Amino acid sequence: MGKTTGFLEYERHLPERRPVEERVKDFKEIERHLPVVEAREQGARCMNCGIPFCHSGCPLGNVIPDWNDLVYRDEWRAAIVSLHSTNNFPEMTGRICPAPCEEACVLNINDDPVTIEHIEMEIADRAWNEGWVKPQPPERKTGKKVAVVGSGPAGLAAAQQLGRAGHDVVVFERADRIGGLLRYGIPDFKMEKHHIDRRIAQMEAEGVTFRRGVHVGVDLPFERLEREHDAVVLAIGSTTPRDLDIPGRELDGVVLAMDFLPQQNRVVAGDTLEDQLTATGKKVVILGGGDTGSDCLGTSLRQGAEHVIQIELMPKPPEARTEDMPWPQWPMVLRTSSSQEEGGDREWSILTKRFSGEDGKLEKLHAVRLAWEKGDDGRMRMKEVEGSDFEIEADLCLLALGFVGPEKDGLLAQVGAELTERGNVKATEDAYATSVDGVFACGDARRGQSLVVWAIWEGRECARAVDAYLCGESELPSSPANAA
Amino acid sequence: MPHVSFPQRRDASERGLYRADLEHDSCGVGFIAHMRGERSHGLIEKALEILENLEHRGAEGSDPLTGDGAGLLLQVPHELFRAEAKRNGFALPRRAGAYGVGMVFLPSDEELRTRCEQMIEEIVADEEQDLLGWRDVPVDTSVCGPNALETIPAIRQFFVGPGTLAADPSALGRKLYVIRKRVDNEARNRGLQEEEYPFVCSLSRRTIVYKGLLTPEQLPRFYRDLADERMKTGLALVHQRFSTNTFPSWSRAHPYRRIAHNGEINTLRGNVNWMRAREPVLMSPVFGEDVDKIRPVIDPRGSDSAMFDDVLELLVHTGRSLPHAIMMMIPEAWQKHEAMPEERRAFYEYHSCVMEPWDGPACIAFTDGRLVGAVLDRNGLRPARYTVTKDDLVIMASEAGVLDVPPNEVRAKNRLQPGRMFLVDTLSGTIVDDEIIKEEESSRRPWQRWLDESIVTMGEVPPAPSGSIMPPMDDGSLRRAQKAQGYTMEDLRILMAPMAKNAKEGTGSMGNDTPLAVLSERPQPLFNYFKQLFAQVTNPPIDPIREELVMTLRTTLGAESNLFEESPTHCRKLQLHSPILGNEELEQIRALDRPGLRAETLQAVFDPKAGPAGLEMALERLCRDAEQAVQAGATLLVVSDRGLSADRAPIPSLLATGAVHHHLIRAGLRKAAGLIVETGEAREVMHFCLLIGYGAGGVNPYLAYETLGAMARAGELDGKDEEQARLAYVKAVEKGILKVMSKMGISTLQSYRGAQIFEAVGLSERFVDRFFTGTPTHLDGVGLETVAEEAIARHRGAFSKVHLDVLTDELDPGGSYQFRRRGEHHMWNPSTIGALQHAVRSGDYGLYEKFTRRADAEARRDTIRGLLDFRTEDVTPIDLDEVEPAHEIVKRFKTGAMSFGSISKEAHETLAVAMNRIGARSNSGEGGEDPARFVRDENGDWRRSAIKQVASGRFGVTIEYLNEAEEIQIKIAQGAKPGEGGQLPGHKVDDNIARVRHSTPGVGLISPPPHHDIYSIEDLAQLIHDLKNANPDARVTVKLVSEVGVGTIAAGVAKAKADVILISGGSGGTGASPLTSIKHAGSPWEIGLAETQQTLVLNDLRGRVKLETDGQLKTGRDVAIAAMLGAEEFGFGSISLITMGCIMMRVCHLNTCPVGVATQDPRLRERFAGQPEHVIHFMTFVARQLREIMASLGIRTVDELVGRTDLLKPREDLEHPKAKQLNLSKLLYRPDVEHPIRNVQWQDHELELAMDTVLLEQARPALEKGEPVEIQMPIRNVHRTACTMLSSRVAKKYGIEGLPDATIRIRFDGSAGQSFAAFLANGLDVTLVGDANDYFGKGMSGGRAVVFPPEGSDFPPEENIIIGNVALYGATAGEVFIRGMAGERFGVRNSGARAVVEGVGDHGCEYMTGGRVICLGPTGRNFAAGMSGGIAYVLDTDASFERHVNKEMVDLEPLTSEDLAFVRSMVHRHYERTMSALAWRVLSGWKKESRRFVKVMPREYRRVLDERRGAAKTA
Repeated sequence: MGKTTGFLEYERHLPERRPVEERVKDFKEIERHLPVVEAREQGARCMNCGIPFCHSGCPLGNVIPDWNDLVYRDEWRAAIVSLHSTNNFPEMTGRICPAPCEEACVLNINDDPVTIEHIEMEIADRAWNEGWVKPQPPERKTGKKVAVVGSGPAGLAAAQQLGRAGHDVVVFERADRIGGLLRYGIPDFKMEKHHIDRRIAQMEAEGVTFRRGVHVGVDLPFERLEREHDAVVLAIGSTTPRDLDIPGRELDGVVLAMDFLPQQNRVVAGDTLEDQLTATGKKVVILGGGDTGSDCLGTSLRQGAEHVIQIELMPKPPEARTEDMPWPQWPMVLRTSSSQEEGGDREWSILTKRFSGEDGKLEKLHAVRLAWEKGDDGRMRMKEVEGSDFEIEADLCLLALGFVGPEKDGLLAQVGAELTERGNVKATEDAYATSVDGVFACGDARRGQSLVVWAIWEGRECARAVDAYLCGESELPSSPANAA
Repeated sequence: MPHVSFPQRRDASERGLYRADLEHDSCGVGFIAHMRGERSHGLIEKALEILENLEHRGAEGSDPLTGDGAGLLLQVPHELFRAEAKRNGFALPRRAGAYGVGMVFLPSDEELRTRCEQMIEEIVADEEQDLLGWRDVPVDTSVCGPNALETIPAIRQFFVGPGTLAADPSALGRKLYVIRKRVDNEARNRGLQEEEYPFVCSLSRRTIVYKGLLTPEQLPRFYRDLADERMKTGLALVHQRFSTNTFPSWSRAHPYRRIAHNGEINTLRGNVNWMRAREPVLMSPVFGEDVDKIRPVIDPRGSDSAMFDDVLELLVHTGRSLPHAIMMMIPEAWQKHEAMPEERRAFYEYHSCVMEPWDGPACIAFTDGRLVGAVLDRNGLRPARYTVTKDDLVIMASEAGVLDVPPNEVRAKNRLQPGRMFLVDTLSGTIVDDEIIKEEESSRRPWQRWLDESIVTMGEVPPAPSGSIMPPMDDGSLRRAQKAQGYTMEDLRILMAPMAKNAKEGTGSMGNDTPLAVLSERPQPLFNYFKQLFAQVTNPPIDPIREELVMTLRTTLGAESNLFEESPTHCRKLQLHSPILGNEELEQIRALDRPGLRAETLQAVFDPKAGPAGLEMALERLCRDAEQAVQAGATLLVVSDRGLSADRAPIPSLLATGAVHHHLIRAGLRKAAGLIVETGEAREVMHFCLLIGYGAGGVNPYLAYETLGAMARAGELDGKDEEQARLAYVKAVEKGILKVMSKMGISTLQSYRGAQIFEAVGLSERFVDRFFTGTPTHLDGVGLETVAEEAIARHRGAFSKVHLDVLTDELDPGGSYQFRRRGEHHMWNPSTIGALQHAVRSGDYGLYEKFTRRADAEARRDTIRGLLDFRTEDVTPIDLDEVEPAHEIVKRFKTGAMSFGSISKEAHETLAVAMNRIGARSNSGEGGEDPARFVRDENGDWRRSAIKQVASGRFGVTIEYLNEAEEIQIKIAQGAKPGEGGQLPGHKVDDNIARVRHSTPGVGLISPPPHHDIYSIEDLAQLIHDLKNANPDARVTVKLVSEVGVGTIAAGVAKAKADVILISGGSGGTGASPLTSIKHAGSPWEIGLAETQQTLVLNDLRGRVKLETDGQLKTGRDVAIAAMLGAEEFGFGSISLITMGCIMMRVCHLNTCPVGVATQDPRLRERFAGQPEHVIHFMTFVARQLREIMASLGIRTVDELVGRTDLLKPREDLEHPKAKQLNLSKLLYRPDVEHPIRNVQWQDHELELAMDTVLLEQARPALEKGEPVEIQMPIRNVHRTACTMLSSRVAKKYGIEGLPDATIRIRFDGSAGQSFAAFLANGLDVTLVGDANDYFGKGMSGGRAVVFPPEGSDFPPEENIIIGNVALYGATAGEVFIRGMAGERFGVRNSGARAVVEGVGDHGCEYMTGGRVICLGPTGRNFAAGMSGGIAYVLDTDASFERHVNKEMVDLEPLTSEDLAFVRSMVHRHYERTMSALAWRVLSGWKKESRRFVKVMPREYRRVLDERRGAAKTA
């Protein structure tokens, strides 16, 4: 399979991204495509491993060596079939996944890994362009009704799988558009939204019903939902943001990332917002060094911020793997996102103590530098560096500090399902069943905030569990994570 | 003296793993006869002398005074008996031959004995014969060994005179046969156990057998008759037994009634089944109703030799001559023998319709009292030499020199040849030439005409009726059928595509780490519950490629006729050239409707909705249908699973086949019809082998064809079209079947068919008894219900959907060969590998514990040891400090055998350095070792492997290599591909590897499947002896692979004096192998180890050897369980590579290992990141964890842990539905005997008795000061391995360079024993005046050896054999001059020696890779097979040579002037050394003679030499 000596002949090669000066002027995707020949060469680098570590590194269990080989052999149509066998939305994961598969790639031991994620995107895009992606309506309807609450990646994956199993599926989304975080959390320059729209159309053709703007637990009592459906899937995400309870938090200009980012997505989508919160001309500070922070950075730069600085509490990670995070584990190393390429400054080991300003408007952050030390228990502890207090001028501070779990009021209160210690919805490992009969949970709502690939995987596995719950057994595919 | 009683033995086989039916023996065999039948007492004395000189070929058990048995078969000593009868008060007829005498072993218990005697008397009376009287055979029991004495029978003779019969002596002969059969049958029917006898050694008018559980030397003292001058004979068969049998018995000594046998019947199970199937058809005018009394023809209690004898006896009583009967049972390899006369081929072809060959390595000496002769199997795998003297004595034996014959008395000396018969007719006083015997038999009947009339070949069958051939399936039906038959993506991609592309099976690496079928959580095809058996030690596997001329897939199908007659009807059969049938062929057959050939199709489908009961019903119906079809006259049954639908699921094809086959056998109808299986299930080689092994004569894999057709249409098969793909696939299947057959040493499909060469793991005994009767099964487990459920699950997967989108409805991923998340489970997976590598790199024991938690959990779901828990109930834990320290424990650890060549220099040396640092042992593998590694590095590290492997290729096995070993391991088999050879492709043989292996860079190397010096257990004893001589300080290990019966083989190996026996698991193996072998050959080590431990303990051999095991050992728990099951030492193969960075790419065979472990590519070797510390961390972690377990169990030392199965118990928490059904009690059985359960003493190799002790003394000046010495010694055949210990001493002191040429000159006079001048070192110059036996110059590493006949012999040496078989095997240097002919396989795997010889037998220069051989006389067939290097020059006097060469790898060329100069100088030296008249003739007629030389040049070698020359020129 693949080309036996491909990895010795070809080097890792990704398509060039659009130049920074060009791309910061719009919200279009920044990645380009590789010429087919080169994509195939990249596929040829795959080594046909006896144990494809990538395939376990991928939460979805994508059968990476198989489709790499198909690409190498120019069999793109079979490649999309293989890709779809584990992943409902490869055109999305091919764009926004951090690609743990590539970290786990065997070539990554002593060489550059295969460009797995890019190949995934090439396969998916090509399949759409060629018209190979078609609705797959079920042969038989079961007559069972399933409600899926939430239309993020977990909810969509669950809905698509359940629909294909023959159930009548209704997806409830409180927002005006379908897609959850995919729609409003991810900036367009990382993933344009027509990818979602195409999928929605496919799913509708497969018989899935979408109800937008219906906030279950608010507009629609859960009790009714439960009564009208044979099963309910909670895929409501982990949307409670982590806040920063320090003096000055109330100042105008201290904003949660998720209050900032969606606005831009709406504008790109053609909505007109009366008073869009933008970074235009502002000195912007972003708290949080993760993906959301980066998204804020890229968005701010595009909006024409005067200056952006991104601050991280944790120390600067090492450039390369260290011994205590060996291959094939996911290493905490210094990564530079596409947004970080585009501008702004980054700082590490900084603790923000308070905000200050006048007239209720943010003017400054007051922060202190940290020294991190390993304690006796092996865990890192922070210590403020004496006398290192400093200030940063800021008009806008975006809080991108992650999420702490699903929203507890409203819907969850009405469901009455047990929660875990961490505040997520408690659901069994294999059956995805909550403590309430007929109610299932998946995705970030169950697992806590995580990657989109985990969300899709959970949605798929949950669908199988629901199908089995409704029909006794399920023929929906499963990709057990514990096998790895 | 401990002793095992018969009841203890039965207990062990009922409650434990010991299997009495799997014993093997092989031995020394011979005969002596006066050509004209002149009877004398002297002949008996000579016979006894022969026997004594064969003593080293026998074995001694735990009781050295007993031996395994010896005996004589003589003509009835009429004079003695008449006198003795008179003394006993009865009279014998005056004429010899007018009465019969029975030699019988009776129970020693008086009362029982009387009952037996009464029974015999009644039977004699009932058969209307006169019992003339009884005689007590005078014996001296004081000479017996203790074990023999325990079971000694009362030995009596009875005399039978013709009663009411006509005076036809042959009528009396028939009656005696009937009487003997009745005695056997009635004794068995009365439920008498073996030790209770009676056992009739012989009952004949002409011959009598004196045998017993005696040594050759005891035999004449025990039987006083033998010393009685009145006892005379004109011929005598002798036999000395070496048995793997742990309980040799009186009755199993040879000779039997008509034969003495050295060898093995590989196809025994099938032969017995077929014979039984044929019994209902037996009818005879001469026997009349007596025919009923001779059934069963084969006594089921007998050994393989006894069973052979049973059938031979029947055949002779059908009226066939003795030679005819032998030709039927052991036919020559006639199918591909182009030079064979037409009539003889017709004879064999006709008889192939009558009876399947008894296949296996054999030398059978036979006699009926008048004719005496011997025959070798078709491949000549047993040695047999004979001498004819001027005073008309003929002496034939496994060795030359068994009887001293003065040189001037010798008329001829020769050897038996493969498939040839050697026959003396004492009545006519002639040695009957093989050609003449066979010509006579071939012309006795118009065989060819009969064949022409009756046999039908496929070419003669009318074309298939139009419309009968199904059109290709549409995609949807194809996908459904594939799913219903359990096809996976891997089947297509990994198994079938390579077969269709390359016409051979795909290759894989790194063993098998998936669960046994019975432990898998996925539905398994029934095929997967079976494992292939393979030959190890007791018989050799065959090379199906290089020795293709003995192999055949030809077979016939149809009804069989009465064995007592000969008629054209007997060959009214359908002949197939291959058992794999195309669709068209099948339709042709299906349409057949002519007398005696009519096909009937039976449906092998069931209703899945009826559940397991549906399958049960369908099987009953299928069997009933089969029975009715046969009764209605069908002679070809097609068992078909075509036409699947939602309510028609396929019966697993193997189940359908086994059910019909065994049902028809039971119904007495099996021989009335042939069986063809039309199935969608069969797709890989193993499947076809199983179907054929359980009785199918033809298989039509229609779905495999459909699948390949679809793949071809989709362009997935390298552009091959459908037909090309199918043909290539069929070719691959055929090659695969040949390989599987050859693994077991079986060469004809006809014998393989129904031979059931498999074992089952995890199937219930009831299920196996019903459908696969006679197959061994382990762990009594699942049955029909589970098999049905798995079939139904597959069917459901296929038919659950109304519509099927083929594109999206992919096949199951499989995941058996490569890890896939949705596929089969693997113990090595990203998580375990990641965790282990993290642990060994960090040196953190906590991380290792994390790994072992995961690894143990994997083992608990996938392995047999995982089904066990420690029994802690009655255990008092001890403090960890009290347990043996880890640095002591690691000394028991070894790395797996991996050759430099298969893994990189860096990886190989890292392992050695690591293991040497901690006092553990690494293993060189079979590729030799760079002498640079023998010296320690400056930092004290040692890159030398403590264990040196000796494998069949003998690459780099020099006297120096052997002396750089602490342990020498003889690799009989390896887990990844037991019973197979290997091949290192030319592109992997770089300069370094070639240097170490003594070969040519760029030229591929072949390891033959067998060691050509181990065809039997006594050969192994010889090799162990050779290696002990070659390095007396090293212990010798024999590596076996777990399979059923490995315990009895190990018992033989222990008797052969191995110091350590390694039982390797069938799953392991780092090397590249055919995928079928990785998956389907060899059983888990737990079973093999437990069987070995039980068998060795039971027979008190365990104390003499150490046991070692390997196969996926990873954790302290694994090692603890291995110890409890019997192992003292432990091997780590794959895992030691993983510690150094291996990530189980499984591409070792592709040279692309991306982490530099298993590659020779310098770019990739640079990436190697393994460190000795990583390996050391791992080894010490395991020891540390083992200590913790030991402390928790209250065990202080590993020795105390060995064999303690009482500390284990079956797990109680099993949930797996299949695993829950297993019964593990046999695994944990402990024989109820007082014998040691672990090694307590070393083997006594008796090296102090070797001739070399004298040589060492005399050569002292040379050894100590390098002064020249000259030595003269007489030598006899019992002096084995002469000069090897001396060579060892030279190598130890002077290395491979040795001493200057001819520093030590030795002249021997006489017949040298085996392995003369083995591993000869430089500086020795040895001359043998006389002759030598097998393995002359084996492993020769330098020096010179010369042989010529003594003065006074006037037979022409160049026409007579002077050295035996397999000379110069694996020689790396030195030169030999042989005046006379050599036996088979001269120069096999020679890689450096230069030789002049005056004629060689078959397979000369086989696998040669270097050196020069000059042959001045004729060669046998298959010369230069597999020869990839070196050059042979053959003097082709009668222009016949070309016919004898295997030109697959060599070209014949004229000699260049350079060649001529070389040959001339060598011949000249030959003349100087040996005074050869032939050499003189050649030299004196050089101008003419030189033109007759032919140069045999390996093509690859030529290419590389030319390239080099080209390179040198441009430089």
